Amino acid sequence: MRTTKNDRILLAHGGGGQLTDELIRHHILPKFKNDTLAELGDSAKLNVDSKSLCFTTDSYVVKPLFFNGGDIGKLAVCGTVNDLAVAGSKPVALALSLIIEEGLEFELLDKILSSVSQAAKQNNVDIVTGDIKTVEAGAADKIFINTAGIGVKLAGADLGFEKIAAGDKIIINGTIGDHGLTIISQREGIKFQSQLQSDCAGVAGLTCELLENTSGANPVRNKTPEASASRLTGISNGVKFMRDPTRGGLAATLNEISKGSGLSIEIREADVPVSPVVQAAADMLGFDVLTIANEGKFIAIVSPESADDCLNICKNHPLGKEASIIGEVIETRDTPTVELITKIGGKRIVQMPYGRELPRIC
Amino acid sequence: MDFMLDRIHKAQTLCNAACEKMGRQINIMEVCGTHTVSIFRNGIRSTLPRKLKLLTGPGCPVCVTDQGYIDTVLQLADRDDCLIATYGDMVRVPGRGGSLETKRTKANVKVVLSSEDALQLAKDNPNKIVVFVAVGFETTAPATAVVVKEAAAGSINNFCILSGHKLVVPAMRALLSGKNHNIDAFLCPGHVSVIIGYGAFAEIVEDFGRPCVVAGFEPLQIIEGLGEICQQLSAGKAELKSVYPAVVTEQGNTSAQKIIAECFEPVDGYWRGLGKIEKSTLKLKDKYSRFDGLKRFNITETPGEDTSGCRCGEVLCGLIEPPECGLFGKSCTPQTPVGPCMVSSEGACAAWFKYGQKRKDE
Ligand code: SF4
Ligand code: SF4
Repeated sequence: MRTTKNDRILLAHGGGGQLTDELIRHHILPKFKNDTLAELGDSAKLNVDSKSLCFTTDSYVVKPLFFNGGDIGKLAVCGTVNDLAVAGSKPVALALSLIIEEGLEFELLDKILSSVSQAAKQNNVDIVTGDIKTVEAGAADKIFINTAGIGVKLAGADLGFEKIAAGDKIIINGTIGDHGLTIISQREGIKFQSQLQSDCAGVAGLTCELLENTSGANPVRNKTPEASASRLTGISNGVKFMRDPTRGGLAATLNEISKGSGLSIEIREADVPVSPVVQAAADMLGFDVLTIANEGKFIAIVSPESADDCLNICKNHPLGKEASIIGEVIETRDTPTVELITKIGGKRIVQMPYGRELPRIC
Repeated sequence: MDFMLDRIHKAQTLCNAACEKMGRQINIMEVCGTHTVSIFRNGIRSTLPRKLKLLTGPGCPVCVTDQGYIDTVLQLADRDDCLIATYGDMVRVPGRGGSLETKRTKANVKVVLSSEDALQLAKDNPNKIVVFVAVGFETTAPATAVVVKEAAAGSINNFCILSGHKLVVPAMRALLSGKNHNIDAFLCPGHVSVIIGYGAFAEIVEDFGRPCVVAGFEPLQIIEGLGEICQQLSAGKAELKSVYPAVVTEQGNTSAQKIIAECFEPVDGYWRGLGKIEKSTLKLKDKYSRFDGLKRFNITETPGEDTSGCRCGEVLCGLIEPPECGLFGKSCTPQTPVGPCMVSSEGACAAWFKYGQKRKDE
């Protein structure tokens, strides 16, 4: 029973009354069909038997809301899924909280919710609980999303800074800089923005496969015959650490790893995958691609013996076709540093990126 | 790749030979900030002999823009009837009364990527006077000239510019005329040369006997440019050369030169750190004076003194390296810049801050 027909969010949609109920029943529930959510309890009951869980949360305030290759909804799922994935877990459930500015068109909201639901499906996670708040016009920028997620730690996956040793190889599952440059160019209205596409994707499928096959982790889902055939025997603790290079890009993540492990890192520019459009856009804006954000990438530090196998597993996965071994962990001479061997054979230190960069003049 | 390494090796050999033969430090100034950044990013210093020193020149328009100019912009930003259209890196440059970023009237400040955007802003906001902060060398001056002509043709009278456009060659003359410079040769910027033609540097070679070599921004071109310079120095020669022949001609882009000449005339102007330089700044010609912001608002610019403690002047003249400034990395960082060299992504101090961390064997 709708009293008024609204095509926009009103403050009252967050008031807990009839409009809230309508919003949930007409716009939210149909998109996320699962028993846990359908109960609409104050909290979700999950049945997981595992002694070890991973738990994370992240908020999404991206502008523009829709960009080439994704939108805030997809990002909110993938970002949290990836945080769980690189911690060595298989994501199982997400909580979704929306902070909506009064006046947001339902059409936009529905589009965003559809892509939340699609991304959740693709990543095999359920949205099991959530919350909606509305705020006055001007108090938020259309919509902010927070997601929290729970993942089941893969038994046998043993990741941590302390596992990293000199000689370990560093793998990335594809090209860098795509997400950040897509967002910046769209925001700044740059010519070739249409050729740029965010890499926004959930990588849990790939990370789980990596761990199951090279770290002696227990499989958590049924394998296809092909996957079992590629399963390696005798290698355990192949993957030692993983992290997703989001804000601050590869430069920030490698510096964190170097600092955390107390070891130095050497990477080769020629082996770091960068798409030509991304390179062109970065050059034009004066940005260093190493410092640009990614949303569908992860770095894996793996033992030298397992490096080739890990690389192959990545390359056989749709999200790792352009995977590459970009460098090694090396002994530290003085302080842990990240060094880049450039294409011309020069060397430079890759510093921790500092704050926000402004596009240059010409 | 091998072919590239071969050429690099050849150029390095020339540099080594020159350093050995001359038995002293060789100082080569890269005029443009884009060279500075490329040199850092590609680790070029690490491939050069120790006795070859690269000096960072006055090649970033943001850095050399005088404080008086910034103050004028800030003053106009305070007016309710004005909209300031500026390139991104000018936003943080500190003037005497803060920077555009710290202005309470921030809503009056719009970041644009091109002069066209600035003119569009004027068309979209007929009740405001759009003031375009027109800075840059010969690279951006033609684009400013184009919109001034467009505004004149379309009678867009709520548009004006503050011309801070500067000319590269007069600055090089000023540097060499200074008493305590130590510049042996110049690596000249590719994109400025595309416009003015490499022939424009002939006077430097003739009047001062300093080699001038034009190079693009690819690392290979930079190294080959340095090799060419070293070869000349060790042979005791000073010549004009371009190692960027595909793009840069001797005459340059004559239609761009024509449109600059049609709208602007060179007048004496103030440069940060270098002071007053004869015929070094572009002022709108009388027939376009109604688009001249200074005239429109009846402002007389007073040259500003540099912020105390900031040694940008010496940095821009190649007399000191940024870390020699006492404020570098302490009170002066890219987030809290004291001088302009720390603001622009291509400013000497910002480039040193971001990339200049020394490797242990340097
Ligand atoms: S802003 Fe333009 S002129 Fe200035 S240093 Fe950069 S590329 Fe050169
Ligand atoms: S470090 Fe800062 S204060 Fe020192 S010269 Fe550079 S910009 Fe000026």
